[in-house]
Amino acid sequence: MTCLPARTEKKLGLVIDLDTCVGCQACVTACKEWNTGGHMAPLTDIDPYGGHVDGVWFNRVHTYEHMTELGGRTVNFPRSCLHCEQPACVTVCPTGASYKRASDGIVLVDEDKCIGCKLCSWACPYGARKFDTDVGVMKKCTLCVDRIYNDNLAAEDRVPACVAACPTSARHFGDLGDPASAISQLVEERGGVALMPELGYKPTNRYLPPRARSQRAAKMDAPALEPIRAEGGFLGWIDRMLSN
Amino acid sequence: MHPAFSVVFFTTATGAGYGLLALLGLLGGLGFIPADFWLGLVGMALALGLIAAGLLSSTRHLGRPERAWRAFSQWRSSWLSREGLAAVATFIPACMFGIGWVFLGKSGGWVAAVGLLTAAGAVATVCTTGMIYASLKPIAQWHSRYTLPAYLTFATMTGSVLANALLQGFKLGSTAMLAWALLATLAGWGWKLATWRHNDRLEIPTTANTATGLAGGTVRSIEWPHTEENYLLKEMGFRIARKHSAKLRRIAQALAFAAPALLLAVALVAPWPLAALASALAALLQFAGMLVERWLFFAEAKHTVTLYYGR
Repeated sequence: MTCLPARTEKKLGLVIDLDTCVGCQACVTACKEWNTGGHMAPLTDIDPYGGHVDGVWFNRVHTYEHMTELGGRTVNFPRSCLHCEQPACVTVCPTGASYKRASDGIVLVDEDKCIGCKLCSWACPYGARKFDTDVGVMKKCTLCVDRIYNDNLAAEDRVPACVAACPTSARHFGDLGDPASAISQLVEERGGVALMPELGYKPTNRYLPPRARSQRAAKMDAPALEPIRAEGGFLGWIDRMLSN
Repeated sequence: MHPAFSVVFFTTATGAGYGLLALLGLLGGLGFIPADFWLGLVGMALALGLIAAGLLSSTRHLGRPERAWRAFSQWRSSWLSREGLAAVATFIPACMFGIGWVFLGKSGGWVAAVGLLTAAGAVATVCTTGMIYASLKPIAQWHSRYTLPAYLTFATMTGSVLANALLQGFKLGSTAMLAWALLATLAGWGWKLATWRHNDRLEIPTTANTATGLAGGTVRSIEWPHTEENYLLKEMGFRIARKHSAKLRRIAQALAFAAPALLLAVALVAPWPLAALASALAALLQFAGMLVERWLFFAEAKHTVTLYYGR
């Protein structure tokens, strides 16, 4: 049913630290690797070795230059489904293929019901949904629903593949509906923000803005270099003599 | 937004079809248009043919058209589902009206009742189509108070111009019908101009700053996550050059509004065979012009996902 649950028991989601993300793309490849054999499999690649590569990816890392009066900085920005509380991608679905789980708030697609009308991708402001032209259905991030509840995995591995792969711990997973959870505390502490709040989708995921610039950083002013070529004339002669 | 021809044709054809169907149901059912067999047959075939062609065209947009029947299930939340239901439901009174008005040659009584139901169904279906676009928040040009009235106005306009051409063709035209078609065309023109004016001055609160959560200053995309265009850019990142947009707006206005208005004005004063010819030409040109208008409706619409790509 594409009507939204009045409330969800949990609000599982991700918190992404824009301060520590180094843009290494490990989360991107880990996501692709896990999910191409997971719940939404396959993540089809079209013409993977040709000139017009295309395919299904749930997680992508953009790079931006953020210029303020304090100067410019490079920000790596991972973008994936935010598992919104008000996901219009679900309510516009005419077939009931899209749904939001009442238990944990994860937004999923039932591929067997999807007619591939693409309206959900139009309704998502964040570009979270990817159409699989090969299968003819819409696909999206599952928050690794097939990992996080998977008893066959060691307890520490029951997190989304992108979180497990991040070498700088820029990605965090947990229940954002519980104010006492570690992830909620982190958002509180670092002033985590929602993307495009003005549109009213109430995303679950939060982004931690880059920290303020530190005054403790080393000064970059290097000592002035001496001229390479010796001067000519009397002063030059003295310089050469004294240098010997 | 990518202007897929299947959707451009679908919305244009069903708009004209439902406009004509509503007028036939209303005017035929109440006896303002005589129950003439051939007029009725051609008129109903044209209206239902346009609708059926449009609906068939829309299924070409689907990745899995064989599952299209599932789209009737989520009417509680989805305007697309409501559109599907309204479109199919309208066929029921429309067919009954066709039998009564065309084959039995009746008007008034139960034929008037099903005629009015047909008209109501047609209006409801056009409303659902308009709401599909008007409800999409990520596309500011669509999520506006101009979108729903536009769909209703253009369906009325194209349907009226078609109905007038039909009546003129059967030598059953009237000054009132001609004047109404002309008025509807001018109203459509006015609404389109107002919409473009509104869209050109649109101040969209969503920016690259709010999209990335990076407050203050400027946010500039310096590297895409991929080198080739992906689904998002192909579907939502469609861009049209400003000079082409300006030229296409002129073409759309000339074909959809100016030329039909002029031809209908000529038909108002010209004798019969000429008036019928001018009316038919007006309907044809307007349909072509509305295809351009609908193409622009998609091409000029900007989705928020383009902000992530610095477009």
